[in-house]
Amino acid sequence: MKQAVLSFFRGGGSALPGYRLALAATLLWTGFFIVLPLCALVIRPWQDGVGAMLAATRDTRMFAALWTSFSSAFLAALFNLPLGLLLAWALVRGDLPGRRVADALIDLPLALPTAVSGITLATLYGPQGWIGAPLARLGLVVAYSRTGIVLALMFVGLPFVVRTVEPVLKNLPRDLEEAALLLGARPWQVVTRVIIAPLLPALVTGFGLAFARGVGEYGSVIFIAGNQPFKSEIAPLLIVVRLQEFDYAGATAIALILLLTSLLALVLVSAVRRRLSVWGDAG
Amino acid sequence: MSVQVENLVRHAPGSTRRLLDDVSLTVPTGAFVALVGPSGAGKTTLLRAIAGLDTFEHGTLLLDGQGMGSMRDRARKIGFVFQNYALFPHMTVARNIAFGLDVLPRSERPTRSASAARVQDLLELMQIPDAGPSYPARLSGGQRQRVALARALATGPKLLLLDEPFGALDPIVRRSIRTWLKALHERLGLTTILVTHDQDEAVEIADRIVVMQGGRIVQDATPEVLNQNPQTAFVMEFLGEASSFSGTVRDGLMVPDEAGVLPFPVAASVSPGPVTAMLRPYEIQVRPGVEGGPAVVFSADGARNGYRHYKAHLADRLIPFWVPDYAGNPVEGQASGLLDISRARLFREGQRCG
Repeated sequence: MKQAVLSFFRGGGSALPGYRLALAATLLWTGFFIVLPLCALVIRPWQDGVGAMLAATRDTRMFAALWTSFSSAFLAALFNLPLGLLLAWALVRGDLPGRRVADALIDLPLALPTAVSGITLATLYGPQGWIGAPLARLGLVVAYSRTGIVLALMFVGLPFVVRTVEPVLKNLPRDLEEAALLLGARPWQVVTRVIIAPLLPALVTGFGLAFARGVGEYGSVIFIAGNQPFKSEIAPLLIVVRLQEFDYAGATAIALILLLTSLLALVLVSAVRRRLSVWGDAG
Repeated sequence: MSVQVENLVRHAPGSTRRLLDDVSLTVPTGAFVALVGPSGAGKTTLLRAIAGLDTFEHGTLLLDGQGMGSMRDRARKIGFVFQNYALFPHMTVARNIAFGLDVLPRSERPTRSASAARVQDLLELMQIPDAGPSYPARLSGGQRQRVALARALATGPKLLLLDEPFGALDPIVRRSIRTWLKALHERLGLTTILVTHDQDEAVEIADRIVVMQGGRIVQDATPEVLNQNPQTAFVMEFLGEASSFSGTVRDGLMVPDEAGVLPFPVAASVSPGPVTAMLRPYEIQVRPGVEGGPAVVFSADGARNGYRHYKAHLADRLIPFWVPDYAGNPVEGQASGLLDISRARLFREGQRCG
């Protein structure tokens, strides 16, 4: 055992120099920035005793907020799939004017401070907004409802789908489509069987990233959500609310559930992706 | 299935450069034709036009005497193998091969078991019976090649189009798959058009070779004719190693410019003036030099494929020549002599003249 550990640290005759240094740096970094905070998050809720935790789990407002967060993030990520695929397609295959500008704009939701996106969306879709007002006259209320949350999450999640699909699409040889056509496939069969099918792993990854981002999203949502408890209150906001009430146990309880569920979702996504991409690994 | 191409013209997109320049070609049913030429000669462009993958501006294209019809009509008649195989990476080999059957309308689609049986038949025909459940990423180049061929043949086409199908294979696999493909062509009664830039491959596999250059067909003949009577210096050069000697025709004699190369008589039809004589290394013969006259020094260069290779040292270049490898061949023990190039073909401005 000792031998094995020692040879592991020595690098076992690795040709690359600095193996031990690199390993130590990696472990230290992941330890400090990922593992330690996560441990704190897991341990903290129990500090006030099991009773406090049990009380927190009876909090229906919390479950409503969690449900709002997860279902909105799921829907937003789902809607982003066709949208992102289409955008990636246009970027890779389309020879449109202004393609470069569009390419740069796609990353904007990632770079923009989330509060800015939130205010922008609220201005646009609010009851008096440019788009919100005509929609309201048609009887569609976007702002201050679940629809608004999904919309905001779609806005921040879109780049994840586009950027995961794009490189895979770029590497998809064009002659696959020609081969399919020459084998008698109709255009829609070419799209579904030859283009979308090999993109599925990338789409699932994009979905997972957009979903994870959506669950944790705070700034861009709160301005448009209306934040009514039990209706349009998202879990991250409830954490802030609890903290302001000095209810640390309640806040960390929500955080813990968010963490576990997100982790589960990511594990699930990667399992699905691995399942879908068995064909990729040459043996 | 016969293919008839008449006066096909295709320009490069957005330019006046002609990718196909008035190309006409007739391929009768059952023929095995190779399109050869250097890169950019228009071979692949012509093949893609025949498949209907690319459009053309002028000319007609008939399959079995009829127009092309829609892409799906064509798909039933044509099997196409792409240069890099274009196998669907996310499908198993069996699904790849069955693709052409799977996309048929429900009424024409074979049953699941019939389709599986067809796939297994093809896998056995391709001599890879166990490859069905693997994904293309796990196959070797030669296996992928066979899968691509099986996929192209699954719907029972009568015309097989192959775009540089052996390009990515190692020499041994290449040679074996070549002979095997030829046998398959005959067994299935296919009409096959093959694009290659390897003239040896074309000579070995095809009944007819179409040499292309700059979007035009330079010569269209059997391998024997092509070797014996190349129409242009380009064809001569393209079909194998060749040496050229410039000289002048006068009084029915071709007189080479270089010392040490013997003059030789030419046909009366060759008009006097400068010409280029070209011949293959095994067509060069050696004659003993005259005492005190000009002579060319020979140096041995090993032996290959039943020939002894030599180099003749002319004034400013080396000419390779091969002599059948047997004891007592005319060059053995001779360090110098004269080159007899009387078996050369004569070209003037690149065109054959004698």
